[in-house]
Amino acid sequence: MIDGNQIKKDFPIYRHQPNLVYLDTTATSLKPQQVIDKENEYYTKYSANIFRGIYKISEKATEEYERVREKIAHFIGAKSAGEIVFVRNATEAINLVAAGVGKTLKTGDEIVTTIMEHHSNFVPWQQRALKKHIAYHVSRITSEGKLDEKDLLGKINNKTRMVAFTHVSNVLGTINPVKTLIKKIKAKNPHCLILVDGAQAAAHFKIDVRDLGCDFYVFSSHKMLGPTGVGVLWGRYELLDNMNPYQYGGEMISAVYVDRTEFKDPPHKFEAGTPHIAGVIGLGAAIDYLRVLGMDKVRQHEIEMTSYALKLLRSLKGLKIYGPQNPENRGGVIAFTIERIHAHDIAQILDSNNICIRAGHHCAMPLHLSLDVASTARASFYVYTTKEDIDALVKGLKRVQEIFA
Amino acid sequence: MDDLYREQILDHYKHPRNFGELDHPSVASSDNLVSCGDQLSMQLLIEAKKQIVTDIRFQGIGCAISMSSASMLTEVVKGKKIHDLQTLTKDDILKMLGVKLTPTRLKCALLSLEVLHKALNNMK
Repeated sequence: MIDGNQIKKDFPIYRHQPNLVYLDTTATSLKPQQVIDKENEYYTKYSANIFRGIYKISEKATEEYERVREKIAHFIGAKSAGEIVFVRNATEAINLVAAGVGKTLKTGDEIVTTIMEHHSNFVPWQQRALKKHIAYHVSRITSEGKLDEKDLLGKINNKTRMVAFTHVSNVLGTINPVKTLIKKIKAKNPHCLILVDGAQAAAHFKIDVRDLGCDFYVFSSHKMLGPTGVGVLWGRYELLDNMNPYQYGGEMISAVYVDRTEFKDPPHKFEAGTPHIAGVIGLGAAIDYLRVLGMDKVRQHEIEMTSYALKLLRSLKGLKIYGPQNPENRGGVIAFTIERIHAHDIAQILDSNNICIRAGHHCAMPLHLSLDVASTARASFYVYTTKEDIDALVKGLKRVQEIFA
Repeated sequence: MDDLYREQILDHYKHPRNFGELDHPSVASSDNLVSCGDQLSMQLLIEAKKQIVTDIRFQGIGCAISMSSASMLTEVVKGKKIHDLQTLTKDDILKMLGVKLTPTRLKCALLSLEVLHKALNNMK
């Protein structure tokens, strides 16, 4: 069992903001001291560039950096560290794949995605499709906020080249049945490529990319206790090997001549320029932190917090909860509206009690348009969330209702 | 206390003044804040000779700040000369609202002024 109050002690922000009720992990997670220390360790003890130095501190930095690649490979069940590419964030990871796969797309090809995507897994595909004049299909959701499997599978045919969908919705909380879905998609078209957006999943339950059966999996460091500015792309090695580099420059080449360049093998051919060395090393500490906690326990704690929150929120009059009603089918995120009160007003009044929630369309405007709601308020939970935090939220929402009564 | 949600603002939000439509408006305009989902439209009746706004109505949906700002502004506008309205600034709106706003909420407060200026620019 995870005790949120014990966990809070590892997060220095709670000492600096003593009354903080942080319910916006879906936007970014807080950082434990271990991650901050690890990032600081690089800057204070061996802040050299990686790969180039024939001196001890550079070799130490390189070793630390590359060790994180191995940690991540192990964390998500990749075949090897060579399948792990470091980028800036999950958005860049998707753009990298969209650019790489996009180059090979031709008239007649089709892309399939879903209405529940974050803009980062929507706009790159939409823009690629518009530019290349190829069909772009957007799958619907059911009234309960689950992916409409029948609709999605109906959009898969022998022309489908790319299918991109999220593991967990950042608004509805829906956990998509990725493994069975991929099996069904590949049964209809074994040649299409599947990218899964794991930004809201990788830090919340155990991921095994090979078991899922996808071709690409992406996530962000900052949503999993790690530093901002680091994202991870996992891709099957042979796919990465066949893909063109995303950017050109230093670190990604094996030899440069006046008239041509030879590139390194993956993953390094996708990591042009000096990367966020400290951030990657810090992410390693975040992975360690999560491994010690245990991903099963992380998930269990989230189910417990979500169940508790769902129960209390349902008791509030005029409050509508979006997404699956069963906490077993959803991540620790709850989007809601309150009758006649704008989400921004809800968030602003909660803020006066140091309660941080998100209000708006949460980078999922197509989803909000399909739900016919301009904006929602969203509370999300993680390892440091306690029942007291949720009690504070509910008390705050009652106050919002009083003010607007 | 939530200064932002002081009595006057809530009163205008719950009981918006000059809400609705004019039968024969001289000019109209509308705008929205896509990121918040706020929508606002305004209709003005103008006495051409004196260049004075004689009546105004607004309609919209949005947060308490954007709607109360619109409601209060309609009260300011009535009987004013067009030139004086064209020179209204952000600071005038903030003074009218009487609250301090963070940058993210400022755009809510200023939507009404933008729609008003757009309407006045629509005049021949």
